[in-house]
Amino acid sequence: MSEKRDVTTPSGIPRKTFYGPADWNGSRYAEDVSDPGVFPFTRGVKSEGYRRKLWTMRQYSGFGTAQESNARYRYLLEQGQTGLSVALDLPTQLGYDSDDPRAEEEVGRVGVAIDTLEDMERLFAGIRLDEITTSFTINATAAVLLAMYVAVAKRQGADLRRISGTIQNDILKEYVSRGTWIYPVEPSLRLIVDTIEYCAKEVPRFNAISVAGAHFRDAGATAVQELAFTLSDGITYVERCLARGMAVDAFASNISFFFYTHSDFFEEIAKYRAARRIWARVMRERFRAQNPRSWAFRFGLVCGGSTLQAEQPVNNAIRVAYEAMASIFGGASSIFTAAWDEPFAIPTEQSAELALRTQQILAFETGTAEVADPLGGSYYVESLTDATEREVCALMEEIEGQGGMVPCVESGYIQQLIADEAYQRQRRLESGDEVIVGVNRFRTEGSTRNLELFQIDESSVHRQIDSLHAVKGRRDGVRAEQALAALRAATGSGENLMPPLIEAVESSCTLGEICGLLRSVFGEFREPIVI
Amino acid sequence: MRIVIAKPGLDGHDRGAKVIARALADSGAEVIYTGLRQTPEQIAATVVQEDANAVGLSILSGAHVSLSRKLIGCLRAQGAGDVPVLVGGAIPPADVETLRALGIADVFPTGSPLAEVVAAFMRYERNGAQR
Repeated sequence: MSEKRDVTTPSGIPRKTFYGPADWNGSRYAEDVSDPGVFPFTRGVKSEGYRRKLWTMRQYSGFGTAQESNARYRYLLEQGQTGLSVALDLPTQLGYDSDDPRAEEEVGRVGVAIDTLEDMERLFAGIRLDEITTSFTINATAAVLLAMYVAVAKRQGADLRRISGTIQNDILKEYVSRGTWIYPVEPSLRLIVDTIEYCAKEVPRFNAISVAGAHFRDAGATAVQELAFTLSDGITYVERCLARGMAVDAFASNISFFFYTHSDFFEEIAKYRAARRIWARVMRERFRAQNPRSWAFRFGLVCGGSTLQAEQPVNNAIRVAYEAMASIFGGASSIFTAAWDEPFAIPTEQSAELALRTQQILAFETGTAEVADPLGGSYYVESLTDATEREVCALMEEIEGQGGMVPCVESGYIQQLIADEAYQRQRRLESGDEVIVGVNRFRTEGSTRNLELFQIDESSVHRQIDSLHAVKGRRDGVRAEQALAALRAATGSGENLMPPLIEAVESSCTLGEICGLLRSVFGEFREPIVI
Repeated sequence: MRIVIAKPGLDGHDRGAKVIARALADSGAEVIYTGLRQTPEQIAATVVQEDANAVGLSILSGAHVSLSRKLIGCLRAQGAGDVPVLVGGAIPPADVETLRALGIADVFPTGSPLAEVVAAFMRYERNGAQR
């Protein structure tokens, strides 16, 4: 059997058979690498690595109604999960109530349905928001979900200055690859800046944005493209906040990032090391941030995604384990290890538990988390980090040259680059140039038979719609009307929309009512069609 | 050969749809990609308007059974009930037969080889040309 050896990484960076002092000799260690916790943070943002605090084990989870999801969260917390990650259903992500005709068949399916503040309260029943950090994968409707989260924290009597978590809130990548956009670019960016400004003042430990490369990656982008597009998006958001008149050090540490770790072990590690270095320099040199916290590139990530295969699905558990190890060598702050059965459905309790155990074994049995950046100084890893940085910066410059991410997204340029890459990758898989075990090599028949997959409880949809109608039936209709009128008025002024959004959710206005109003004022994005 | 590739429902994952569209185009078909969030009514209207020989749906949200049923209903209502519907995406093995029973011509779960998908569409090259 002939064995093909890759001469480049998946991003196209040349790969030699071995590396030595000619590839990296450490003469610029202080300037380019430096110790963990020291600018430019190539080796990590904390000097002690994971010694004092492990990464947050944050499994993306949510389905059906708030009660069902709350039960899964409590189960995961009992099993030792250390943070929550809320998966919302598509109607919630797109601003439709569960009884909207457009929401039919999608309620509670890929995540939990949240229509009203009551749903959000039920989601966290028995969970203190000042004792846990929560991440929401929510974008177009992020401001509304943040308003609900803040309102729940207030009802629980929590100090807003102590609650912490993340809303994804990164609309630019939605236009490119994840697709849950609603409004056009400008009003969407205004909403994002409103949330960043609000959090910086009122909820300072909450990350108002998690700039995400993950979805570029899963749509087909290479590691280099993923990082270049993400950092370019990050720069756009920083510029918009500065344009609002905010001081860079007032908000920069509320920006976090989010990625996919895919299969190529060292390329992924180099990606994260390069990311920290590039971002630190952008923040210090370009945006003149003074506070070291503003330079620190902090990120969460997912292991799994499009590297998961339907064929021989249990193999996915092994893929995810390797990806998780690369992720901690890369210095992730939080990790979600996907379950092996996710090519088919959302995970069962058993597969979700195995996914969590994968991280716990890594954390407590392998010893790999004891030393910060253990691969630092490796000729190969340092050389690959340098090469990744060069490639990423070149692509970022190209995007800048075209006016930055906004015009590149509106024209479909980024979409085209990703679609090209996805197609080329598929062709390499079809030709066997790239091997996926069990898919284009070492195949077996019938590997997907007799799987026990998670089944949605179809009756949860009716319960969700009933509870939505009950809330509308018993709320103070006048207060709700006034809250919506105040929100409408605020959209026409330059004022921050978070306070009227919080008043609206506290008045039991529904997500659909609020987003419907914003849709009528702001209009909808028009998708450039690219194949 | 004219093929409509459509993304019904609210799901925004379009990598598969775009890769298939491109492969079909490379095989000589004329491909009309609808973009995201199309209702079954809109997709059926596109099929009729474009005089398509076949239509492919890409669904990763889990709503494949009901969306497929609705599209078939809409195609019939718009006089295009003979246009074959092929479905791809995150389809659990147990749903493949359910979809076929609804009248779906072919089902391609995640990971299906491109060549197989393209060949399946090409079988319908002579379909519907006289409509």
